[in-house]
Amino acid sequence: MKKLLFTLIALAFAAAPSTAQQPKLTIYTYESFVSEWGPGPKIEAAFEATCGCDIEWVGIADGVALLNRLKLEGKGTKADIVLGLDTNLTAEAAATGLFAPHDAATTPMTVPVSWSDPIFLPYDYGYFAVVYDTQVLKDPPKSLAELVDGDPNQKIVIQDPRSSTPGLGLLLWMKAVYGDKAAEAWTKLKPRILTVTPGWSEAYGLFTKGEAPMVLSYTTSPAYHMVAENTERYQAASFSEGHYLQVEVAGRIADSPNAELAKKFLAFMLTPGFQDTIPENNWMFPAAATSTPLPEAFGKLVQPVKTLLFSPEEVAGKRREWIDEWLAAMAR
Amino acid sequence: MRLSASLSFSLILVAIGAGLVPVIAIGFGQGYELSRLFDAYFFRVVTFTIVQATLSTVFSVLFAIPVARTLARRQFPGRGLVLRLFALPLALPAIVAILGIVEIYGRSGWLSRLTALELDIYGLAGILIAHVFFNMPLAARMMLVRLDQIAPESFRLSAQLGFGAGAFWRFIEWPAIRETLPGIASLVFLLCAASFATVLTLGGGPQATTLEVAIYQALRYDFDPARASLLSMAQLALCVPLVALTAAAAGRLQHAPALRAKARRFATDTAFSRLADGGILAVALAFVFLPLIALVLAGIGAPFAWSAIAGAMITSLFLAGGAMLLSLLLAWPLANAAARGSPLLTRLLSTAALLAFIVPPAVLATGWFVLALKAGDPPHLAPLLVIVMNALMALPFGLSVLTPAVSQSAARHDRLCAGLGLSGFARLRLIDLPVLARPLGLAAALSFAISLGDLTAITLFGSQDLTTLPALVYRQMGSYRLDAAAGSALVLAVFSTAIIAMAERWR
Amino acid sequence: MIRLDHVTFHYEDLRMEFDVAVAKGEFLGIIGPSGSGKSTLLNLIAGFESPAAGHIFIANREVTASPPAKRPVTMIFQDNNSFAHLDVWTNVALGLSPSLKLDADQRALINSALAATGLEAYARRKPGELSGGERQRIAIARALVRDQPVLLLDEPFTALGPKLRQDMLDLVVALHKSRGLTTLMVSHHPEDARRAADRTAFIANGRILAIAPTAELFAAARDPEITEYLGL
Repeated sequence: MKKLLFTLIALAFAAAPSTAQQPKLTIYTYESFVSEWGPGPKIEAAFEATCGCDIEWVGIADGVALLNRLKLEGKGTKADIVLGLDTNLTAEAAATGLFAPHDAATTPMTVPVSWSDPIFLPYDYGYFAVVYDTQVLKDPPKSLAELVDGDPNQKIVIQDPRSSTPGLGLLLWMKAVYGDKAAEAWTKLKPRILTVTPGWSEAYGLFTKGEAPMVLSYTTSPAYHMVAENTERYQAASFSEGHYLQVEVAGRIADSPNAELAKKFLAFMLTPGFQDTIPENNWMFPAAATSTPLPEAFGKLVQPVKTLLFSPEEVAGKRREWIDEWLAAMAR
Repeated sequence: MRLSASLSFSLILVAIGAGLVPVIAIGFGQGYELSRLFDAYFFRVVTFTIVQATLSTVFSVLFAIPVARTLARRQFPGRGLVLRLFALPLALPAIVAILGIVEIYGRSGWLSRLTALELDIYGLAGILIAHVFFNMPLAARMMLVRLDQIAPESFRLSAQLGFGAGAFWRFIEWPAIRETLPGIASLVFLLCAASFATVLTLGGGPQATTLEVAIYQALRYDFDPARASLLSMAQLALCVPLVALTAAAAGRLQHAPALRAKARRFATDTAFSRLADGGILAVALAFVFLPLIALVLAGIGAPFAWSAIAGAMITSLFLAGGAMLLSLLLAWPLANAAARGSPLLTRLLSTAALLAFIVPPAVLATGWFVLALKAGDPPHLAPLLVIVMNALMALPFGLSVLTPAVSQSAARHDRLCAGLGLSGFARLRLIDLPVLARPLGLAAALSFAISLGDLTAITLFGSQDLTTLPALVYRQMGSYRLDAAAGSALVLAVFSTAIIAMAERWR
Repeated sequence: MIRLDHVTFHYEDLRMEFDVAVAKGEFLGIIGPSGSGKSTLLNLIAGFESPAAGHIFIANREVTASPPAKRPVTMIFQDNNSFAHLDVWTNVALGLSPSLKLDADQRALINSALAATGLEAYARRKPGELSGGERQRIAIARALVRDQPVLLLDEPFTALGPKLRQDMLDLVVALHKSRGLTTLMVSHHPEDARRAADRTAFIANGRILAIAPTAELFAAARDPEITEYLGL
C-alpha cells in the first residue's frame, strides 16, 4: 500500500521534462516570489533567453525559513543562489560561511543607502509604513509620535516581530526613533493596537475587512490598490521621523559548481530584464534602473523624508534583546 | 492484529522520534541552558496556554452537550446536511475561519452593525469564540455517535417507566455523554493548546502566547533548537499527564451497549421541550453557520483564479486523501488492539496516538528535514512528509471515533467470527466494514477534513509546485489578492463539504 | 383484561392484523416463526408501536393512543433491561419513581422485591458484574415493585441455559399466580409455553393462526404450518 502510494506521489509530482544538457541554476527564494503572479516566472524567461541555462526555483515559505533551511543543509545545500533575505538576516547568513562575494558592479544600484556589503547584493527595497483607510481616517498620524500618542479608539493592526518581517520592521523602526525609550513608547502605543497577527496576510485581511483603519505595511501597498483595483482609498501615512527601510538581497553559494553562472545571474539582477518585473509583481521599489519609467501610481507614493536602517550586525546582535523588551512592554 | 498494531504503534513512535531526536541533537551541539528556559516569559506562556485551552475546552464541551442532545432527539429537514457541515470548521484553515468570525463579531461585523455597538473581541473573548467555533461542532458530532448507540430497549424501558425529559437525561443521555467526555475534552484541550494563528490573530497581543508560538519562535526565528526542544519537552510534560489521566478515566467506562441500528425514540414531547430544543438548535446553527455564510458571501462575487484553484484542488485531494488513508490504516489496528487489550494497553495506545499531536509540527518538520538531508535528500519526499504529518495529526480524531465502536463490535462478533474461522480480509469485508460503516465514515470524514484544512504541514514542506487549497488561499492573501483568496476559500469550503458528505454516505 | 380489536400494523411489506382477547389472570404463551409479529403484538400492547387501525383495550379502558407509561403494563425484554451505570437497587427503584424520590415504604418494597428474586446480596453491584440470569432478575424485581396487572415477556430467558431457564420461568409463574397477573410471553421454546401457559397462540405472517389451551394446541396441531413449525 505504502509503496503504491509512494509511486503515485512520485508520478504525480514528477519533475518537468529535464533539460539535462543545459547547466542548471538552483535558486532558493521565498514562495511568493515564484508564485504565478510573482516576478519569478518572468525573470526565469528573461534570464534563460540569454544564459543557455535552466533555472530551478525552490520556493520556501519566507526569508527566515530560507535562512534556516541553509543552516540545516550547510555545505550540502543544493542552492547556487539564495534570493530573498533582507538586511535583518544578512549578518546571520554571512556567519554561516556558505556565501561568496557577489563580485558584481554596484554602480547601477539605486537603493537609498550606501551599500558596502561584499557578499549580498540588493534587488529591491521598500519602506515600512502605516497604511490607512481614507474613508475612515480623515486625519492620519503624521509621525510615529502621533501614532504612539494618538486617539486609542483609532486602532492599528500590527504583526508579531517573533514571526513576521514587517513586525520586526516596526520593532526596529520604533527602536531607531525612540532608542532607550522604545519600551515606554510601546506601552503608550499598546491601547491603539487592535491585535498582533502572526503574519502580514492576517493583518492586511483584518484591515481591508474594516476591523481597524490602520495597518502596518509598506509605502508601496497603495500602489497595488491603485494599479490593480483602481482605487486610492488606501494610502500610506508619511511619518516625519522617517521610515524604516527593508532591502531584499541575494547572494551566491561559495561551493556552487555553477559559480560563473551564479555570478552572471547576480549581474543580471541589476539589469532591466530583472528589475522591470519588480514594481508590479513584487510591489517593491526596484534596486536599479528599469527599461520604462515606474508606473504612475509609484509616483504618488510617500517619499520618506529620512531613511532609517540599522546595520545587519546590530540587528543580529540585539534582535533577541529588543524582542524581549517588546514582549515585556506589550504583555504587561 | 496484534502484529499490525505493533507496527502501527512503532511507526508513530518512529515518526515522532525522527522529528524530536535530530532537533535535540542539534540542541546539544548548541548547548543547553535550563536557566534560559524557565524565565518569567516561559511561565507566563505556560499559564496562558493552560488557561485559554481549559476555558476553550469547557465552553466547547458545555455548548456541545445540549446541541448533541437536541440533534439526537430531533429529526428535521436538512439534519443530514447540518451534521456534515459540522465537520466543516475543522477543514477550514484558521485564517479563513477567523475572517469569517470577524465578519460576524468584529468591530465592523454584522453583530456590531446590528446592535450599533463596537464589539471588541480581540483578547480572550476572540480566542474562545474561535476555539468554540472550531471544536463545538466536533465535540457535538462525537457525542452524537454515542447517543445514536443507545439501545432501543432503553427507550422502551424509559417510556414504560414514565421517564420525563429530566429522568431520561439523568439515566440515559447523560451517562452516555459522560462516557465520551474524557476523550473529547482531552482532544479539544490539545487542539486549543496547540493553537497558533488563532491565538495570535485574535489574542490582541503577545500576552496571548501559547507554548506552540514560543516553540515556533525558538525554532524558526531564533534558530535555537536547544530552546525549541526544551519547550517541546515542557509541552509534552504538560499534555501527556492530562492525556494519560483522561485515558484512565475512559478506560474505567467500558460498558457500552451493542452496536445497533438507530432506535426509535419515545421522548416525552412537550411544547416547552420543543421550544427549548428549537432554541438550542437555532443558537448552535447561527453560531456555526453565520461565519460560514459570511465566507460564502465574501467569496461568491470574487474573481476565481480557476487554473490555480483546479491545480490546488487536485493536490489537496491527493494529499488529504493520502493522509486520510494512512491515518485510517494506522488507526484501524490500534483501535482493534485497544478494543481487545487490557485497559493499560488502551491507555498506552491512545496516549501514543496523541503524541504526534503534542510535539509541535515545526519540530517534527525540522527533524524530518535533517534526516532527509542525511539520506541524500531523496526527491519527491515533500508530498509524502505532508501526508505523514497530516495523517498523524488526524490520527487522534479517527481513533477516538473508532475505538469505542470497534470494542463494541468486538464484544459482539469476536467469538462468532472465531467460531466461523472468519478473519483477516474476509472478516473486514463481511463484518467490520458493514457493521462499522458509520464510525468509519465519520473517522474518514474527520481525517480528511483535518488534512484538507491543514496549513501547517504544507507551509513547512510545500513549495510553488506543491500547493494545496489552503496554501493557495494564504498565498493569495499574502500578495494583496484578498478577493481571489475569498473565492478560493469558498471553493475550499464547498469542496470539503462535498468530500465529507461523500465519505459519510459510504456505509 | 386485554382486547385487541382488529388492530392492524404495517412493518415493511408485512401487514399484520391482530384480533384477540386475553382474560384476567390468564397466562398466554405466544409462539411462531421469526419475524412473524410476536414481538410486535407485545409492543402494540405496551405502546411502543402505534396501530394503523383498530383499538386496544386493557382493563376495559381503551389505551390505543396512550403513551407506554400510562398503560398498566410491565414489559421485560430479552436484554438491556437495566441501566449499566446504575446499581441493581437503583435499577429496581426506577420502577417506582423516575426521580428516585422514595419513602420508607417504597424502600422496603424494593428490598423485598430484591429478596423475592434472590438479588439482595447484589443490591449495590452494577449489572455488568452479574450473570445473564441475575440481570433478568433485576427486570423481574422491577416488575414486582411496579405491580402492574399486565406482564409482557419478550423472549426473556432465551439466552439462558435450560436449568436456569426453567427456574426463571417458575419464578415468573409463581409471580403470575401470587399477584393474579395477566401475562403474555413470547418464546422460541415451545416447551416454555407448555410449562407455563394456560393458552398458547401461534402467530405466523402477522396473524394469529391458532389460539387454544396449550395442551390442546400442541396435541392436535391441526394447522400444517404449526406442525411444520413444531417439527411434529
